[in-house]
Amino acid sequence: MSGPQHAAPRPSLAVWKFASCDGCQLTLLDCEDELMAVTDRVEIAYFLEASSAVVEGPYDLSLVEGSITTAVDAERIKEVRRQSRTLITIGACATAGGIQALRNFGDVEELLRIVYATPEFLSTLGTSTPISDHVEVDLELRGCPIDRRQLLEVIGAVLAGRKPAIGDHSVCVECKARHNTCVLVAHGTPCLGPVTHAGCGALCPSFHRGCYGCFGPSEGADIAAMTSVLRAQGMSEDEILRLFHTFNAWSEGFREPPVGPVPVALSPSRLSPSRLSPREDRP
Amino acid sequence: MTHKATGSRALSSDALARVEGEGAMRVEIRDGRVVDVQLNIYEPPRFFEGFLRGRGYTEPVDITARICGICPVAYQMSACTAIEDAVGVTVDGALRELRLLLYCGEWIESHALHIHFLHAPDFLGFDSAISLAAVDRAVVERGLEVKRIGNRILEVVGGRAIHPVNVKVGGFFRVPTTRELEPLRAELERGLELAVQVVDWVAGFDFPDQELGCELVAADHPTEYPMLADRVISDRGLDIAAAEWLDHIEEFQVPHSTALHARVLERGEYLVGPLARHHHHAEKLAPAAARAARDAGLEPSCVNPFRSIIVRAVEVVHAFETAIAVIDRWVRPAFAAVPVAPRPGVGHGVTEAPRGLLYHRYEIDDAGLIADAVIVPPTSQNQPTIEHDLWHFVEANIDLDDDELRRRAEVTIRNHDPCISCATHFLDLTVDRS
Ligand code: SF4
Ligand code: SF4
Ligand code: SF4
Repeated sequence: MSGPQHAAPRPSLAVWKFASCDGCQLTLLDCEDELMAVTDRVEIAYFLEASSAVVEGPYDLSLVEGSITTAVDAERIKEVRRQSRTLITIGACATAGGIQALRNFGDVEELLRIVYATPEFLSTLGTSTPISDHVEVDLELRGCPIDRRQLLEVIGAVLAGRKPAIGDHSVCVECKARHNTCVLVAHGTPCLGPVTHAGCGALCPSFHRGCYGCFGPSEGADIAAMTSVLRAQGMSEDEILRLFHTFNAWSEGFREPPVGPVPVALSPSRLSPSRLSPREDRP
Repeated sequence: MTHKATGSRALSSDALARVEGEGAMRVEIRDGRVVDVQLNIYEPPRFFEGFLRGRGYTEPVDITARICGICPVAYQMSACTAIEDAVGVTVDGALRELRLLLYCGEWIESHALHIHFLHAPDFLGFDSAISLAAVDRAVVERGLEVKRIGNRILEVVGGRAIHPVNVKVGGFFRVPTTRELEPLRAELERGLELAVQVVDWVAGFDFPDQELGCELVAADHPTEYPMLADRVISDRGLDIAAAEWLDHIEEFQVPHSTALHARVLERGEYLVGPLARHHHHAEKLAPAAARAARDAGLEPSCVNPFRSIIVRAVEVVHAFETAIAVIDRWVRPAFAAVPVAPRPGVGHGVTEAPRGLLYHRYEIDDAGLIADAVIVPPTSQNQPTIEHDLWHFVEANIDLDDDELRRRAEVTIRNHDPCISCATHFLDLTVDRS
């Protein structure tokens, strides 16, 4: 691959995709002001969103996006680990299984039947699991999607051989630092800020919206206390469960919030099968 | 990554080079004739339509955004439109304008990414924008600057570039102040200037001759080059309301792909996206975009998929002009959203994602929960056309060796800007010539 010539070999960067929406790896290309500087310092050895050139491993730094949902991917991630000196998972899919981990609470066969007319064509596991369930992970970057500044901090830290400055406090801490009006206190808007991992800079409250937990649980989050607060705001048990069960539903903190019986299960079992007809022969 | 073997040429032996989770193409050749072309999308299924059932009627906006990190706004807009249709609410005036502004940001960002990172390197013989930058850093930096300004719109209006947090059924959580929009306007002026230069740049590429023969389908609006719309038209007589979609368009499953395909009932494959939009609506382009198109020699109806890069560049100019016009007309509304109350019903939404028409349909039950969801993304709609296009390409180039065949097949696919997972540099080519 061409690029500016360097005397010393640059560290190599690889970006891997598993089940995901590509948003987290796109965050790297969204660093418009820094991207050229980054590519001067690292060799983009494998990043299919950006380049068709593929350099053989091993890689100094691997960024892994997405969750494990197929048997093939469960093997592939092991190979990625073997080839990577440092492996960092990026985003809620990779760190918690993502929105697609909602299947873990239901019956994947049912989901297949709803979406596809001929589910036999597909091979998929019954679960969507984070990368750390399968291989050792050196660092996790939270968020759906990850935060651009945090990504640059981590890449910079790995290149410099220092520890990245990524805190594990809650969104509330960032929110107060930003002098936002608290939407929970001032407007009674449900907000997961007290139990959500920092990193976004308290984005939602600054748009007068309650945090919906896209960075997953913060360290030592008191989910039971949060649940009581939400209940006191008038949310039903079902609504509270759904609030926790989005992009980080399978994270340990958000998986089983202490809610009472839920009337309408998130399982689609009561509903009809796919509207699709199986396809006839190719034209 | 393929290696040659007699008769059939097999997949790569290297587990890492095999891009599972992305795409592959299988070509079968018998006696010098192409007998099958399959574009496999390995994307592991994520079951959005399945687990949307039982969620609250306000939730698809954020949930469906996660289908695609490159066009989340499109998913948010089609979801909002469909749900508002179901509950009988209309969002217009300044709130609709703000949605247009947000959508302009996504068109600019997504098109700038496709033009500079995926498509232009193909024409210029580079494997990436990064290696292109080693030779011509200025054009890549210009592209990044255009993309950055698109992202600025998404950040100012939506809170962030990927999966904006400020969109909801009925409008927004908070509308920006004039003080927030003004500095953005200055950046947009600069973006407009750069975008015109980009049209000029891409118009100078070498374009192979090719014409697609398929039906061209786009959203329709009486006065606007369509982003937010509620009707659908084609050049073969389709002229329907969004609500009639399922009566005319059929989705089907093929064994070789996790992406569903679509076709016009009784007729077959069709194309959505910039070529179709431009074909139907060229006369509604904003003035600078129309001028740039003319200067670039873009014919009013261009169906050469290679030249879609010019159409995208023209649409970027149009999006900048539209965004500036929205800011100039801006009067901050008193409310950030119109009140919305759930009621049982069915609603449909069509809007134009950067890569083509995106249809959503929701059925809401009496508890305000989603009873059924249908989502038809642009890439599903285009996939039969892409396969057809590949078929012709392979037939015409049957004697190329596998490496060259793969490289040029990838270009054929990238012409159609399929969603990133299959748009990227990915192609595992198997040629079976036995
Ligand atoms: S974590 Fe969210 S943004 Fe990142 S890949 Fe997964 S769905 Fe996309
Ligand atoms: S708005 Fe949310 S994040 Fe901010 S202080 Fe209040 S509870 Fe915490
Ligand atoms: S406030 Fe919460 S939901 Fe909003 S971006 Fe931050 S972590 Fe995500």
